[in-house]
This record gives sequence, structure tokens and C-alpha cells, in this order.
Amino acid sequence: MGHVLLIEDEPNIAEAIRFILSRDGWHVTIYPEGAGALEAVRCVAPDIVILDAMLPGQSGFDILTRMRADPDMADLPVLMLTARGQHRDREAAEKAGVSRFMTKPFSNAEILEQVRLLVPQ
Amino acid sequence: MKRPLFLARGPYRRRRLRDAARILPFAGAVLFLMPLLWPSRGTGLNGLYMLAVWLGLVAVAAVLRLWLADESGPEE
Amino acid sequence: MPFNLLVLSCVSYVIFLFLVAFIAERRAAAGKVRWLRSPLVYTLSLSIYCTAWTFYGAVGSAAASGLEFMTIYMGPTLVFVGWWGLLRKLVRIGRQQRVTSIADLISSRYGKSNLLGVAVTLISVVAATPYIALQLQSVVLSFGVFASEDREGTALWVAIGLALFTVLFGTRNLDANERHTGVVTAIAVEAVVKLVAALAVGVFVVWGIAGGPADILGRIQAADRPEWALEPARWAGLTFASAAAVICLPRMFQVLVVENSDEKHLATAGWAFPLYLLGMSVFVIPIAVVGLEMLPDGNPDLFVLTIPLEAGRGDLAMLAFLGGFSSATSMVIVAAIALATMLSNHIVMPIWLGLMRPAVSGDVRRVVLLSRRLSIAGVLALGYAYFRLSGGGAALASIGLISFVGVAQVLPALVGGLFWRGATRIGAAMGLALGTAVWIYTLFLPSFGAISPDGFGIDWLRPHALFGTEGMDPLLHALFWSLLLNIAGFCVGSILSFPSPMERLQGAAFVGVFDTAPGPSGWSGGAPEAEDLLVMAQRILGEETALTLFLTEARAQGRAGYLPDPTPAFLERLERRLAGAVGAATAHAMIFQVAGRAAVTVADLMAVADEAAQIMEYSARLESQRQELTRTAAALRDANAKLTRLAEQKDAFLGQISHELRTPMTSILAFSEILMGDVAPEDARRQAGIIHAEAIRLTRLLDDLLDLSVLESGQVQLHISDVRLRAVLDRALAAAEHVRPRHDLTVFRDSGAEALVLRTDPDRLAQVFINLIANARKYCDAAEPQLRIVVRAQDAGVTVDFIDNGRGIPRPAQATIFEKFARLDESGQAGTGLGLAICREVMANLGGTIAYLPGQGGAAFRVWLPL
Repeated sequence: MGHVLLIEDEPNIAEAIRFILSRDGWHVTIYPEGAGALEAVRCVAPDIVILDAMLPGQSGFDILTRMRADPDMADLPVLMLTARGQHRDREAAEKAGVSRFMTKPFSNAEILEQVRLLVPQ
Repeated sequence: MKRPLFLARGPYRRRRLRDAARILPFAGAVLFLMPLLWPSRGTGLNGLYMLAVWLGLVAVAAVLRLWLADESGPEE
Repeated sequence: MPFNLLVLSCVSYVIFLFLVAFIAERRAAAGKVRWLRSPLVYTLSLSIYCTAWTFYGAVGSAAASGLEFMTIYMGPTLVFVGWWGLLRKLVRIGRQQRVTSIADLISSRYGKSNLLGVAVTLISVVAATPYIALQLQSVVLSFGVFASEDREGTALWVAIGLALFTVLFGTRNLDANERHTGVVTAIAVEAVVKLVAALAVGVFVVWGIAGGPADILGRIQAADRPEWALEPARWAGLTFASAAAVICLPRMFQVLVVENSDEKHLATAGWAFPLYLLGMSVFVIPIAVVGLEMLPDGNPDLFVLTIPLEAGRGDLAMLAFLGGFSSATSMVIVAAIALATMLSNHIVMPIWLGLMRPAVSGDVRRVVLLSRRLSIAGVLALGYAYFRLSGGGAALASIGLISFVGVAQVLPALVGGLFWRGATRIGAAMGLALGTAVWIYTLFLPSFGAISPDGFGIDWLRPHALFGTEGMDPLLHALFWSLLLNIAGFCVGSILSFPSPMERLQGAAFVGVFDTAPGPSGWSGGAPEAEDLLVMAQRILGEETALTLFLTEARAQGRAGYLPDPTPAFLERLERRLAGAVGAATAHAMIFQVAGRAAVTVADLMAVADEAAQIMEYSARLESQRQELTRTAAALRDANAKLTRLAEQKDAFLGQISHELRTPMTSILAFSEILMGDVAPEDARRQAGIIHAEAIRLTRLLDDLLDLSVLESGQVQLHISDVRLRAVLDRALAAAEHVRPRHDLTVFRDSGAEALVLRTDPDRLAQVFINLIANARKYCDAAEPQLRIVVRAQDAGVTVDFIDNGRGIPRPAQATIFEKFARLDESGQAGTGLGLAICREVMANLGGTIAYLPGQGGAAFRVWLPL
């Protein structure tokens, strides 16, 4: 199974996702803020990034845009989560080059399925 | 701001009073120096003269005050 | 009279003066100043011109040289009856520029040059020290007349007592424009005692001993002596010197300009002060003549005391003694205040400032007060030391006139600076240096034999015959040469040098003080941080004064909060306020430190001057219309920006609410789904806990949102009752204990001020307090977190400040902290982000306000409630 980097500032949500994925056999690393997230991606070199849209320090959209601009990370699958659920957020995420976009709250099965889809076994 | 060349009677009078206020110390100085020009008449009479001039200056200054005290505006 | 009885009466008199000063201060604090700031008190305070030297010495001088003593009063008389010309300008400038002393005036006029401030200060101290010694000597001598036994140490005790009085009442407040009401009132009382004593002795001599005015005139004429003949040169020269001295003596400048509370008082003083002087001198010749008849061997300097004693009128002698005592003490007190202000502002503070660079740190206020107190003690110690070293006696007697000539050296720079825009710093410095050097060489040093009369063997350098001018009276010789060279140096230096822009600005402001147009400002270019300025201003003016100043300024600029834009005009006003406390040069340097840039360049000056000239072209009406339009435009721009912001905010607000609700919901749903499957029991317990916590968070958020919407709609039900502020604070502190504390918080309170009774909704007010205390508890990041709760009654209401010692809130965030969901701490865990928004709505519903208070060293909030 693969390595997931979860960038999420809400500890309880992060804990839930970690629980769901690691039960399925994924290795999950949690990074709790926007500042320095890009370096975290480079260090951890995950198979997939789960990225919250609203983060302290730097927004998820910014991080995504920068990842796409970096040749090393341009093709890395990114699953983005947002709690604002507005149309504009989805557009912004797609413009920034998101792989999948989900609104909170989500069903556990759904997030597992999306991760499995994005990381070919 | 342009200053008017000629003034109405009231302002004209006030302005001359200010002139008087400016001249007063010089007039006083001349009067105070007068005893030097006279042949001596004795300390007592000189002293009386000085006190009289002094009192006169006080009186004139007090009268001028009536007109000038309320004018703390700009110099014209 | 036994020595102890004399001491007792002196001490009671001094205690009486203490009481007068104390009551005057109390009344002034209560705002009852009608009497205390009347033209009468102002005129009487000017009477410190008449020191013990004139009270006792005038008779001695009359006995020796006839009418000559009158010249000492003629000069001031001429200056005062001509107040419209010179004094009015001086007082106007003093008030407008918030001048603290004559050194400050000179320094300020010549481009806020501290060098000149130091020079004038030194001249003043050198000239005044012997003068203070003279006062001590007069007290000792007059004691000697009464006391059956001689005591050492009288002078020392007098000096210590005067230092104490001066420190107590002379350094209560810092801002020179807040006047020393207590001291001035006490001085006025002493002035009355002096005058009554002098008149009483005179009346006794004329009608009690002699047979009335006619008889006394006869006696005077009969007693005439050849040495009483008028000497034209001295007559004119001394009149001039005394006229100069009444303006330039630091103590006269203090009462005349610095303590002046209303320019119109000058008009009264213009005739009343000469009348006072007339009263002081009218009986001098009769007393001298009668004294010479009755006590041919007595010391004429003490006739005022010895004649009544000889005639068996101990009570009258006692009154005269108190008159002399008043003359000496009032002079020393005011001279000490004036000199201490100069020493502190021009010597101590610049040194301290240079060493510490404390513009934004350290309590300048305390340092200034301390340095003033030490300076007062130092000035009196110097006077006492001079008295001991000179051994009293004849050397002191001529000191009064020597001192007059010394301070007269300031006259050219002063008058030139007031009337001639071309006068420059270099010119003033050259004039002062030359004049003072000549004065020291020809008059001051020879006065105690510190220099050989042969001028180092060079003929034209002889101290009493400079350039071979023999045969002149030494005093006149010194007056003539020092002022001649002084004026020459001043003119030549001014004509040849080119003034700096700051000098030109100040020159224009001083010379044109009566022109209506505001002078161009001394500050231009970039902008310092308003908050730094506020911090500095608080250190000098005190917290409340500074906050009020900034608040007023911000309101005038149409801005909310306490931080106005640091416009040049504002910097100018702020600098003047600070100058009132620490002097122009120091204030300028301090603002410069914060602003960190050159004040003005010649190019700026020209630009500003052009602008000023253009503005003058418009009529005043057009000008005010233009300002009105500018204000309206600014208000419209603000409103538009607000609308745009609101539209954006509405969108953002919905997104925010969605985010805030969905976030806990996400955890709850995820974990409940997990729990529906198979989970290990310890995991299950933990996960149920998370669900519980998130559900609570959700509930709290909904509560807050509901509360906020009720508050915003204005439909809120208030339960108004009378409640003691202390009770509300107690309750809030107890409730805030339960907030999960990140730190222990030490709370400082002022239970005295908290005794206020408010009419408000106690629950709602407590809600606001709880929020603020909880915020301090959560966010104060100091090593030892402290919260000060300061309560003050003001502005028809009460303010409650919550000030912690943490990092505070950064300037950009200060504008938004009262917005909904504005969080500094982005982790989202701490609270709903609605606390302060609710506080603001609650306060609005209670008819009060809440605002962030910048520049307090930590996060600070001010709650204001109407009373």
C-alpha cells in the first residue's frame, strides 16, 4: 500500500481520516498547517496528498498552485477537501490543477474510494 | 491678504492707540532722563518728580489697557 | 528676641505658605481656578523681581548714592508700560511654542539648537548662583539683627527648606503649560506680605517718626550729599540693564511667560506691576534719610529692621523681617524652578537621551521629574556653597547688578530673534559667546578678585579698561563692551551665515507670530508609525493625556480608533505638546528618533512656502468650504469602501458559517460511521469523546450565532439594575477561571475605583468582561502573564481597561479583531471566533463602546460605559 500525506489543521478531522486510511493499510503522515507544507511534501515524497482548503499560514489553493508549478510534484495526485462548500472553491481548485475535490463532511467509504482511485495499485 | 489703504474712523482710532502704547516706554524713558539735564534741585525734589512721572506712566498705561486688552487678534 | 522664637515664627510662616500652596493646588485640581488665575495673582507673582536685595538693599543703596536705586525699578516700569510691543509678542510665542524657559525659547527660535540652550542655561546658572547666595545671606543677616545669640547653619536650613518646598510644589506636573498653581499662589501671598511690610515701615517712618510728608521732604533736602548727585552714565546704563534683566532673568521669564495663563493678564500687569514697584520704592529715600539720622553707625542695608527696633516697635520689625524673608524665599523658589527646568531639559535630558536612546522604551516622565528634582537640589546646593565660600560680606553686595549684566547677554539673541528673521544660530552663538566672555573677564571674575587688574601685562586687555577705555565706571564699562561686542557678533554672524531650513521655519514662526496664516510645518516626507509615536507620547505626557490627544486627532481626521495618520501637521502639534514637557530641542530629537528622517530640506521649505502662499490667496470662506468638501469626499470614500467590503463580507460570511458548522460535523459523522463498525474498545472510547467534544463545539457555535443575531437585531432583552462594578468584575473573574487556562494569570485590580455603581445589565456586562479575561488567559504569551484592570471615571462615563503584558495584537489585525470569525490564532480550536464580535454588539446594546487600545505594551481593550 502507499504513503498518504494529510495536510489538515483540524486535529479531530485529521485523526478520523488517519484512522480510516490506516485501517485500510495506508501509511498516513499528518502535517498540521499551510506554512511549510510544500517542504513537507518534498520531504515525505508521498503517493498522494490530501489537502485541506483552509489552512493557517498558506491556503490549500496556494499550496496546490505551487506544487503544480514544480516539475517534481506536477503530477502528484492531490485530493482536496473544503468545508466551505461553495461553487467558487471548486472552480478555484480545478483551476489550480486538483485531481479530486470533496466537500466536508464526507462519507468514510467515499474518501477511501477516492484515494484508492487516485493511487493505482 | 491685502490690507486696506485707508480705514474707517473707529479702526483708525484704535490703531493710533496702539501707536501710543508703543511710544509710551520711549516717552517714559525721556521723562526719566530729564533730571540729568536740569541743574540739581536736591534729592528730595528730584525724587518727587520721579514719583510723579512714574505715577503718570501707570495712569496712562491703565487707560490704554481699556482699549487694548481685548485685542489679542492679529497684528494689522 | 530669643533665637528659638524667631525660628518658630519663620517656621510657622513657611507652614502657612505650604498650606496656601497646597490649598491652591487642590482648588486647581478641582477646576476652581478663577481666583488663582486672575490678573491680580499674575501681577503679584511678577513681584519676585523685588528680591531681598531690593527689599533691604534699596535703602542701603539710597543711603550711599541717593536716587540711583530707582533705576532698578525704572527699567521694568518702562518695559511693562510698553507691554503691547515686546512682552505681548514674547508671551504669545511662549504660549504658542509651549516654551519652558528662556533657554528653551532661544534654542527653539534658532532651529531647536541645543547648543544655544546649553549656553543660555550655563550663563543663567553662573549669573544666578551668587544671587541665590545673596538671598541666603540676607536671611542670615536679618536673623542676626534679632537673635541675641549667633547660630551657625541658618543658611543651610533655609536652603534645605526651600529645596523641599520647591521640589514639592515645583515638580508636581511635568508639562510646563500646566502651571505651578500652588507655587504661584504662594508667591503672590508673599508679594502681598512684602508690599505691606515695606509700606508699613515707610508709613511709620514718615508719620510716626518724622512729622509727615512736608517734614520728610525738608529732611531729605537737608541731608543731601555730594555723592547723591545723579551720575548720567550710571543713571541711563542701570535703567537699561534693569530693563534687560526683567525680560532675561530666568525667574522673571518663568513667571512672565511660562506661568502666564492668559495673555490678557499682561494688559493688567502693564500698569499694575509698575504700580507695585512704585509702592515698593516710594518710602526708600525717607527710610534711608531717617535711618542715617537715627543710627549714623548702623548698617544702612538693615535700616528697614533696625529703625522700628530702635523706636521700640518690635511688631513692625517682625513684619519687616517677614517681608524680607518673603522676598528672599520667593526669589529662590522661582529661580530654582526656572534653572532646574533649563538644566534638566538642556543638559541632563539630552545626555540621557544620547546614552539610552529611549524614545520608545523606558519611562521618560519619571526620568524628567527626577532630573528636575535633582537639579533643584543642585541649584540650591550651588547657591549655598557660593555663600559659604565667599564668606558673605561686601563681595555679595554688588552681585545683583553683576548678575543683571550677565543675563543681559541673552537680550540681543532674544530681541533679535523676535523681530529679525535674518537672525541665525551662528550669529546668536557668536554674540552670546563674545558677550559672556567679556562679562566674565571684565566684571564677574574681578568681582571676587580672581583676575589681576593689569590684564596679563597687555595694556589694552586690562579688565577695567578694555581697549584703553579708562575712566569708566567698572559696571558700565562691562555693560558697554559686553553688549557692544555681543550685538556686533550677533549681527555679523547672522549676516555672514546661512540659516538651516529649521531655523528659517522657526524664525518665520517667531517673527510673524501675529499673522493669522499657520506657519509651514517642520515635518514632511515619509511617515513614522503612529503607534510608536503614541508609545513615546505616553512616556512623556502620561497615558490618559496622550490617549486623549491621539483620539482627538484621529477623530479630527475622521478615523476611528486611537491612531491618527502621522501627517506633518499632527507631528508638529505633537512636537509642541512634548516640547511643553521636555523642551523644544529634546522634543524635536525624540520625534526625530521615532520618525527617523531629516526634518526638512530647503526644497521642502520652498514647496511648503509656495503652498502656503497659494492658500493665502483663497479667502477664509473658500478655504473652509474646501475643507468641508475634502471631509465629505473622505466620508463618501469611506462609505463606499464599507459597502464594497460588506458585499464581499456577506459572501465570505456565508462561507465562514458553512466552514464553521461543517468542520465539527465532519469529525462527528466520520467517527460515528467508524463506531458503527467494529472498533477496539479503547479506540471507541476515545472516538466517542471526540464526538462529544465536537458536538459541544457545535452547540456553542450555534448559541453564539443566535446570540449575535439577537444582539444585532436590537431585539435583545436587557435586565437593567444598579450594580457595583466590583461585583461584576468579581463574577467575571470567577467565571473566567473555568476557561481552560493555558497560563496562570496574575490579575491586578484597583478596588477603590471599582466601587462605582453602574446602571446596566450585569449579566451582559459580565459576558463582555469574561470574554476579555478569557482572551488574556488564552492568548497572553508572556513568561509571567499579567492582566491589569484599570478603572477610571471620565467623559461622563467610566472606562475599564484590560491590559495584559503579552505580545499584543499586531497593527494590521487591530482593525479586524471585532469582526466575526476574525481569529489571530488560526488553529481554530480555541473559540468560535465570535467572542469579540459579540462583545462589540453587547456594548452597543448597553450604550457603551469597546475598542482596542494600541501602544500599551500588550493586548489592551477599553470598555466604556456611560454613567
